[in-house]
Amino acid sequence: MTALDPRIADALAHLPEYLGAHVMLSFSALALGLALSLPLALASINAPRLRWGMLAVASVIQTIPSLALLALFYPLLLGLSLMTKTLTGAQFSALGFLPSLLALTLYSMLPILRNTLTGLLGVDAAVKEAAMGVGMTRTQSLFQVELPLALPVIMAGIRTAAVLVIGTATLSTPVGQTSLGNYIFAGLQTQNWVFVLFGCGAAAVLALLTDQALGLVERLLGRRDRARVFVAAAGVALLLVAGGLTSLYRADTGYVIGAKGFPEQYILAALMQQRLNEAGLAATTRDDLGSAVIFNALAAGDVDAYVDYSGTIWTNTMHRTDMLPREAMLREIGTWLQANHGVRLLGPLGFENAYVLAMRRDRAAALGVHTIADLATLAPKMAVGGDYEIFARPEWRKLREAYGLSFRQERQMQPLFMYKAVADGEVDVITAFSSDGRISEFDLVTLTDPLTAIPPYDAILLLAPSRGADAALTRALQPLVGRIPVERMREANLTVSRESNQTPPAEAARHLWTAVSK
Amino acid sequence: MYQDGRGAVRGVSLAVGKGEFLALIGTSGAGKTTLLKLINRLVEPTRGTVRVDGADIAATDPVRLRRRIGYVFQGIGLFPHLTVAENIAVTLRLLGWPKPDIVARVSEMLDLVRLPRELAARLPATLSGGQAQRVGVARALAAKPSIMLMDEPFGAVDPLTRDALARDYRNLHDALGLTTVLVTHDVLEAVLLADRIAVMEAGEIVETGATHALLTGAKTEAARALMDMPRRQSERVNRLSAGAAVR
Repeated sequence: MTALDPRIADALAHLPEYLGAHVMLSFSALALGLALSLPLALASINAPRLRWGMLAVASVIQTIPSLALLALFYPLLLGLSLMTKTLTGAQFSALGFLPSLLALTLYSMLPILRNTLTGLLGVDAAVKEAAMGVGMTRTQSLFQVELPLALPVIMAGIRTAAVLVIGTATLSTPVGQTSLGNYIFAGLQTQNWVFVLFGCGAAAVLALLTDQALGLVERLLGRRDRARVFVAAAGVALLLVAGGLTSLYRADTGYVIGAKGFPEQYILAALMQQRLNEAGLAATTRDDLGSAVIFNALAAGDVDAYVDYSGTIWTNTMHRTDMLPREAMLREIGTWLQANHGVRLLGPLGFENAYVLAMRRDRAAALGVHTIADLATLAPKMAVGGDYEIFARPEWRKLREAYGLSFRQERQMQPLFMYKAVADGEVDVITAFSSDGRISEFDLVTLTDPLTAIPPYDAILLLAPSRGADAALTRALQPLVGRIPVERMREANLTVSRESNQTPPAEAARHLWTAVSK
Repeated sequence: MYQDGRGAVRGVSLAVGKGEFLALIGTSGAGKTTLLKLINRLVEPTRGTVRVDGADIAATDPVRLRRRIGYVFQGIGLFPHLTVAENIAVTLRLLGWPKPDIVARVSEMLDLVRLPRELAARLPATLSGGQAQRVGVARALAAKPSIMLMDEPFGAVDPLTRDALARDYRNLHDALGLTTVLVTHDVLEAVLLADRIAVMEAGEIVETGATHALLTGAKTEAARALMDMPRRQSERVNRLSAGAAVR
């Protein structure tokens, strides 16, 4: 028998943490959803207008794409968190569990509300009259007759909600909540299909098991066998506590290193974690945070350190459209971050990960394209591919204006597929990342930017306000500053995301450190 | 109340004596069921008063009122998720009877309505129509009410079973000294069971009288039309048995 595929071993190693957090999150959301929906349904059973309004609101919430709903709760809670801080001095974490819990709770409510109302309204009128006739009060009739009779329909709603919540919980990864979605997001970024399948499979199995368990509870409730219902409820509670303990056990483990959702970030986060561990400091990583989430998380202290890029901070956070020489820009960013957010810029890592336009080498040669300016006349016949953000970013607007570019089509895609797409001729140009090893892997050329419309994108190490003066932390991370040349970064990026013979990010980080610390 | 503002029942004055068996008859929509439900406050009157044991029921708690009045109706209304025993015990439980007393009373009620005690643990869905009706009667009688309201109680069963049920109930009425108000559209049933009959039409009581008196000499057209029917039917049956052609 051959040894276990290292990717499967890696996936299995993460299972307790991811599954525990996933169970904790989805079960809490379901419990909260039940605690809200059932009383609401009962309260509105005799008020048709309230009933209608409630179902309308729940339906509208259901139509909001789940990823957006999850993301919207983060800034909302961040505002609340800051408000409570100024009012009471205490602050809660707006990242991760709370926004995910609230969004998923809202999602679970429609099926529970709708089925509870449908079930109750469907109870035979003769039976309800009998309940009155034998001398039951309205409440007794509801709890002793109508609810038991509506139970199968209500339970069907709860089971639908459970499956829905467990599936949607995989999308809570970008707001900083660990879940089985971590497999899926990381897998998609690194071509690790074992991870993607593992995440989907685990979520599906969890959903099926929960559905079956709820079915069992329903049958036992139907038999009104109190002992067995108690056993089943205790089982569910135990699962919840176990999940909670797992995630708590993981929660308080020192410094939190943030990472956006692409391979270079995973490697750098792992590298920082390793440097901290080496210095005897505990640290965890939080991968796959959304670009919009991660800076706020750092400023709020939910994340202690992460790597961003100077051009991104310059244009997207500081909203600057002018251009400064590289050194001056870095200085100004450092001053601005300190003054406006208390964030400390520890220093640049030494490489740049810029947006660059890239084309197939043979195609560029045939068309005589060397610089972005050469594209101006060709662009109207060309399709450009880019990641999810670029076409909405100010840099893109600036680039188009500076060179008078107007492409026939702008196609958004996973960065993973972008390089292959341009190599296969699906698109003519892509907005590549200059530190991505696939530029050379696919034999692409990058076009120069004679008008310097695109700012520099030096990788910079940022520290949370509370960590700026943390001597132990800065001592451990300082050696990274100015240490990583772009060739080494490209190499590491490629080993993590190439199609075969992949290396896990932590492994690539160790290799990278060995190579640069000589 | 109907939508046009007319009451389903109007200008009714009716007294039922203690121990009496009164039948309310009339065509569909005459207001029989509404009149019956006024007695246990399942329907509230817009005008007028209803007295039970001399007390105006508007001043009593409707829930407590219903717990001391037996009620059996058309759809039977057995609780499908409760066993036969639990159905019979439901009012007793609401009244807070001790558990051993409830168990004893359920067995007693099964005997009373002549059902085998083995049925106690069964669910209503597994009963025949006749058995279900007997459980309905047992449930209504369990809390020892002195008044029974019955709305087409034997409607959904075959004629043989129906006859047996009706006779059994009349025996119970006599043995337990009950006061019964029975709503039926089956005149023959009313004639065979009731001591007194009230004939309703369009929300009003058009005539009331002892069963014998109405059969022989109804004063109003409506009452005569109804009361004639059993006699005409029996005459036809007699002629048929004698070998004559009918129609």
